[in-house]
Amino acid sequence: MQTDRGVTAEKEFQPKIIAFCCNWCSYAGADLAGSGRLSYSADVKIIRVPCSCRINPMFILRAFQKGADGVILAGCHPGDCHYSTGNYFTRRRMTLLFSMLDYMGIEKERTRVEWISAAEGAKFSATMNEFAGEIKKLGRSKRLGDLRCR
Amino acid sequence: MQMIAEKIKEKIKELTENGKISRVMGWKKGLYGYDSEPFVFENGDLRDFTYDAFSGANLCKYMIAQSKNDGDGKILVLLKPCDTWGFELLDKEHRIKRENIYALGIPCGGMVDIEKIKKSGVKGITEISEKEDTLILKTMYGEKEVNKKDYLLDKCLVCSSKEYKDCDELFMTDLCGDTAEYDRFEEVEKLEKLSSSEKFEFWRSQLEKCIRCNACRNVCPACSCVKCVFDNDNSGVAAKANANDFEENLFHIIRAFHVCGRCVDCGECSRVCPQNIPLHLLNRKYIKDIKELYGDEDEAALLTFTTEDKEPSVVYERGKNNV
Amino acid sequence: MYKLPFEEINKLFEAVSLNTALYVPVKKNDTVVYEKYSENTIYAYDELNTVKSAKDFFFPQVQDIAQFKLRGKSIEIINNEEDYESFAVFGVRACDAKSFEILDKVFLAEPADPYYKERREKGVIITAACEKPDEVCFCTAFGIKPWEPSGDVSVWISGGYIYWQANTQKGLELTGKIKDIFNACEENEIEYFKAQIKNICGKLPFGNLDLKYFKETDEKDIFSSSVWDEIYKGCLGCGTCTFVCPTCQCYDIRDFDNGKTVERFRCWDSCMYSDFTKMAHGNPRKTQKERFRQRFMHKLKYFPMNNEGIYSCVGCGRCVRSCPQKLNIVKVAEAFSHD
Repeated sequence: MQTDRGVTAEKEFQPKIIAFCCNWCSYAGADLAGSGRLSYSADVKIIRVPCSCRINPMFILRAFQKGADGVILAGCHPGDCHYSTGNYFTRRRMTLLFSMLDYMGIEKERTRVEWISAAEGAKFSATMNEFAGEIKKLGRSKRLGDLRCR
Repeated sequence: MQMIAEKIKEKIKELTENGKISRVMGWKKGLYGYDSEPFVFENGDLRDFTYDAFSGANLCKYMIAQSKNDGDGKILVLLKPCDTWGFELLDKEHRIKRENIYALGIPCGGMVDIEKIKKSGVKGITEISEKEDTLILKTMYGEKEVNKKDYLLDKCLVCSSKEYKDCDELFMTDLCGDTAEYDRFEEVEKLEKLSSSEKFEFWRSQLEKCIRCNACRNVCPACSCVKCVFDNDNSGVAAKANANDFEENLFHIIRAFHVCGRCVDCGECSRVCPQNIPLHLLNRKYIKDIKELYGDEDEAALLTFTTEDKEPSVVYERGKNNV
Repeated sequence: MYKLPFEEINKLFEAVSLNTALYVPVKKNDTVVYEKYSENTIYAYDELNTVKSAKDFFFPQVQDIAQFKLRGKSIEIINNEEDYESFAVFGVRACDAKSFEILDKVFLAEPADPYYKERREKGVIITAACEKPDEVCFCTAFGIKPWEPSGDVSVWISGGYIYWQANTQKGLELTGKIKDIFNACEENEIEYFKAQIKNICGKLPFGNLDLKYFKETDEKDIFSSSVWDEIYKGCLGCGTCTFVCPTCQCYDIRDFDNGKTVERFRCWDSCMYSDFTKMAHGNPRKTQKERFRQRFMHKLKYFPMNNEGIYSCVGCGRCVRSCPQKLNIVKVAEAFSHD
């Protein structure tokens, strides 16, 4: 095990990034990015959810537990939610959660919410690249993560 | 307090005789003078009934179980001002059968924390009597007098209001006395100003003490789920112990989040913690954030929204200078 | 018997820690815990007991047992084989020292628990006499003598000196390695001190806790007594009493899937919990009354029935002090003795 770890440490740090994308806007945005041949970081793993409002704090924390170094949540622009108001709830929920994580000394840059519509393929790729870059700079998530999952 | 307890007893007798109530949820005298316990007095038997400087426990949550059966008749519950906030919440969320409860608001001038007295070096307390603000402690090593006001429970130090909510009757509540001026967010602000690593160190040093006894959860009037997510094997996070630091963080972040916007800041979580973790500082952080970001709303903050709400990015901007 | 001026206690800690890892009770972050000795350790000698008991050393709250790895179609099982270092625990009180004997009956009965057994063999227990017992103490009700604590080594801190006496082979071995730091002294030097503690223990309000009812009544009668209906209602159903208790020994075995392997560990369980001994159909004890009753029946009736009348309580007073709603075993015993 130890030698394994030694080898990976020498390699360039590959962050694990989870992107929760809402089915109606951001996931379609990712699709558009793909068909438009816009590349985005391969470190980003997308999990499709019916609405950004499906995400509760447990999702975010569990992603960190299982080894994520950054978690980004992408949904429809406020006012454009497929279910009318879902993302308004997301907005409050995540604001309060991120504030709490910050209060507990966990790097706030590791979590983010972005609104990306189905037409914004370019924004999707730009956002993901920028976020991946930031997480790469921050390195491995040490303050929030489960050693058993390393 | 002795006098108040006697008057309450008389009041209870009167209500029992009038057939308004059949049982009483109150405090029963303990073994050492400082350990009065929540107790259900039945059949008009008020033996060992007490209401003293150590009746800090909030009795409202017991009403979930006690008001369930219509056949049991009405139960009287004694509520201090801060207890009524949790009571109102339970009522609002339909966790109790309000029609089976007679809520009696009683006066409170602050409750004493026996642990604080013990930490000041007093040992072997066998009996306590009260004389106005003085507590006379009989101990195995001699007698000692202390001033009640120096050893109040943390929750009483930030007592913000003597406002009673949702009570059927208020009894002698003009005896409450004034509440002092306190800034209840002072401690939270102090923590907010720390650097990220200092904050992390602080919370690690506190949460690593957690023995996962669940007392904070079980006592909380806002934690009224029939089955908690942490007890539910299908949730993937059920655990009986904190296997590592992540689970400590997870439990406490989620516990606070699940009562976010509903927490009435009654301070019971910190009072019951056997390891003295300042859990109220987590809850109070949410209260402060809600106040700052969304103002005072009637509804629980997470059950509502406005189209002009702040973006989550407000968090990054807020503490930009802290590293 | 040996002695050493109390100011030089760190010299003693230093000497012991050169031979073996040493744990000492300290005040830390508003609680009292055992901490591994280092230069900066300040022994909390005026604190009677740690919040959590010393059973952690032998029966930790979380214990890894095994890992399961899927290799093709077969499952590889990797047993957790930690190499425990030998260690010494300083400042254990008489009650906790007795609690190990009770845990031994559970964990060392055949088939013996290998994790517990190994830790037990590697651990040296250095007990300290209780200079100032607290009102919550009732160890004397179980025949424990806080003026003469058992353990591998006993120490008395009195009159500016710390007195050291080895009781067992393990204790003698440790003493042999460090005895250069001590001055020799007569056994009777501490007689006065012992008598003093004995005298104070006479004042313990529940030092003679009446357990006759539990001893003499048939378990079925206690079980169906109506007293339980009255006394359980304040119980929150939290696990505080069981987790601070030195003799509670129930545990659960759980699996954690980390994505690559499944890790099996055991952790303390509490009979107060709704998911205690949960089987396919649920918890056999459906109400808090039944769970509450189980705890005290186990401590005061079932355990003595199976173990020559030895109660599974040592009167350390931790539950008396820690219960959020101030229910405890003393109140239970009292409630029955008055009926």
